[in-house]
Amino acid sequence: MKNHVWRPLYIALCIIALVLIARMVIVPKDFGIWERGYMYGWHRKGNEADWKAVKVKYRTAAYCKDCHPDKYNDLKQSPHANIMCENCHGPALGHPEDPRTMTIDRHRELCIRCHSRLPYKASGRGAIRGIDPQTHNPELECTVCHYPHNPKREVKR
Amino acid sequence: MITRRSFCKKALLIAGGLAVPLSALELFDPKRLLAEKDSPEKVRWGFLVDTYKCVGCGFCVKACKTENEVPYDANVTRTWVERYVITRNGKTWIDSPKGARDGFTTRKVALGEGNFQDIKDEDIEKAFFVPKLCNQCDNPPCVQVCPVGATYQTADGVVLVDRTWCIGCGYCIMGCPYGVRFFHPVYHVAEKCNFCYHRLAKGMKTACVDACPFGARRIGNLKDPDDPVTQIIMTERVSVLKEEYGTKPQVFYLGLTKEVK
Repeated sequence: MKNHVWRPLYIALCIIALVLIARMVIVPKDFGIWERGYMYGWHRKGNEADWKAVKVKYRTAAYCKDCHPDKYNDLKQSPHANIMCENCHGPALGHPEDPRTMTIDRHRELCIRCHSRLPYKASGRGAIRGIDPQTHNPELECTVCHYPHNPKREVKR
Repeated sequence: MITRRSFCKKALLIAGGLAVPLSALELFDPKRLLAEKDSPEKVRWGFLVDTYKCVGCGFCVKACKTENEVPYDANVTRTWVERYVITRNGKTWIDSPKGARDGFTTRKVALGEGNFQDIKDEDIEKAFFVPKLCNQCDNPPCVQVCPVGATYQTADGVVLVDRTWCIGCGYCIMGCPYGVRFFHPVYHVAEKCNFCYHRLAKGMKTACVDACPFGARRIGNLKDPDDPVTQIIMTERVSVLKEEYGTKPQVFYLGLTKEVK
């Protein structure tokens, strides 16, 4: 057959070869079908390790109790026992090195997350002792009268 | 000249050949078969939400946004809490201002655009809170629609997004029936709850589970029959969201009503 018939074919083959070579370079070695099969398993395996390496910010109360046993014990014997320290003090991250000090959130907005009374009997909210934040000493911080680590105890002055 | 006999033969052959599905011609791959059957993995993460216990404090949302570096003031979040107020006249009011990042502190239901609906106490028939998060479906539609393999399911059932591989087409965001996906405001790629995969890897629980003071959120291994979460899922009356979609969600709820979507 004549040359001008074959030429487009060669060009097409060259393009295919180029795409295949580019694919070999661009697609990572660990990209493929992994455990979850053809439909859900296509991915770059290394990404799982990337996600596992994300830094933990909230270290939970177990991290706090060795250095702050007084506060920890106060809290654990109070109706607030189930509230994680970091809910009010912010994530511990690398404390005490980084950050050196933790925040102390004394805002009313923090307390009224639970203690603004809502009459919702179908949920646990209805059973929580609550106030109306508009009328209950609106100008004061809650901690003036209530000791947050144990609300049953009087505030130490 | 084609004879009637050879025409019939060839027609049958072609019809038969077309009937053989393409997959039947694929080579036998034991690794893939094993993956599609019961995976040998010992862990399958499942989640249990007890809506009776949730009080709408929003500590879970706050902790999630910080832990997973979702910009705190952007109106996107991996998990959120919805409030359902059902009144005596049969109306249902649903809101989740800022995803309940700051909790529910007022009786006024947010209608959006700065409008609020005041509901009198005596008009409330029932009211409760429903936390939402990624269902880590067994048949994740978001993974099926990804054209580049940037989102995938791990062996332990968690759906992850590869930030370096995502092209930002948004198909998965449209594909998720639960609306749990969004564009990350910083990385500009698809973002979703991943059960705090970094915490699970270190033997911890998710940030929202740790932050919940009421035990409304729990995580467990569905492949361990002795796991307390698995036992509740196996023995109690749990339900899932949008079961009719066939996505097989692995987040189970206690105490849903027909109003919850």
